Amino acid sequence: MLDSPALLRARALTKKFGDTDALRGVDLVVAKGELLAIMGPSGSGKSTLLHCLAGILTPDSGEVWLEDIKLNDLTENERTKLRRSHYGFVFQFGQLVPELTAIENVALSLLLEGMKRDAAFAAAEPWFAKLGIPGLEKRRAGELSGGQGQRVALARALVMQPKVLFADEPTGALDTLAGEKVMELLTQAAKEQGTTVALVTHDARIAAYADREVIVRDGVIANVARQSHVAA
Amino acid sequence: MTATFAFMGLLHAGPSYGYDLKKDYDELFGREKPLAFGQVYATLARMLRDGQVVTGEAEQQGGPERKRYALTPRGRSELVEWLGQPEATQAGSQAGLFVKVATAILVDESPNDFLDLQRAAHLQKMRELTKLRREGDLAQTLRADYALFHLEADLRWIDVTAARIQELTKEIRSC
Repeated sequence: MLDSPALLRARALTKKFGDTDALRGVDLVVAKGELLAIMGPSGSGKSTLLHCLAGILTPDSGEVWLEDIKLNDLTENERTKLRRSHYGFVFQFGQLVPELTAIENVALSLLLEGMKRDAAFAAAEPWFAKLGIPGLEKRRAGELSGGQGQRVALARALVMQPKVLFADEPTGALDTLAGEKVMELLTQAAKEQGTTVALVTHDARIAAYADREVIVRDGVIANVARQSHVAA
Repeated sequence: MTATFAFMGLLHAGPSYGYDLKKDYDELFGREKPLAFGQVYATLARMLRDGQVVTGEAEQQGGPERKRYALTPRGRSELVEWLGQPEATQAGSQAGLFVKVATAILVDESPNDFLDLQRAAHLQKMRELTKLRREGDLAQTLRADYALFHLEADLRWIDVTAARIQELTKEIRSC
């Protein structure tokens, strides 16, 4: 997969929260179309890395690039626009608007981008069959099960045809079977659309859906290349 | 031993030829590790000797001679007994990993390097199994799930060990 051109690049990223070093010089390249799992123990910096890659957090030093766009050079407004037009997000809890119906949640991003209501709903509707939840379009988001809600959240992210989907523990609140179903759908839909995925998970079974994983430990990416000092 | 009871299970539905038993076994249990014909007939010979199966008359229908194998009441009873026993648990299967971690500490190698390598190898295997389970039928999915859950348990051990490696290093070096 790394033979594909780079889509996302991070160089020498650092980030502190108070006195705590969350990132201590992270270099990372994510190839176009790749599904990358970012793993690591709690507090290792994996979510901070994801948020820096996504332009949600600004690193203290280092650079983040999306193709030829350097995120560090963008204003907050420009970064927000870039996130809305190029990125999709799925979090542990779907963060749907509970008062809206499922299809309104999916269409919402399109409406915010200025798409007409009929066109936005027409674009949102096929995702319900694609993600195995036909018939739930008019159900209020607050009435959906965890697995159904995550599929709606996935539809909301993918309907924008993002270049990159950022997923932070997207199955963390689901049981094994519901989580695996969400991952199967996420993987399939992302591959079909050519969407690159950066996925944070502590769950090895979920990471196993990825093309590759990196392990973040103490704010750096663990290097698995073994360097022995014992003479052979 | 597993092949013996798997054959008994397959014969439970009715008599079958050795060739068909192998085909059915490979389909259901052994896609990743099919039985060799030699093993099939050696297993059936043992089952005949032990009275778990009987054979009918040799049949020849335009090809080589074939015999049908049928489960005996004794075979059926042993099958039921086997189904009523739990499988031996694999306590101690981490021994190999632990020996490597402890030895790395003893020779001043980095145990974390080994744990990272092992984690990467486990995750690679889990990726292969996940691909298999996504492409297969339910039987294949459940076989892959069994292996995946065991690998996941190993990974949890690897993570816990990595988190406690400094303590372990102190303990081993103070011995």
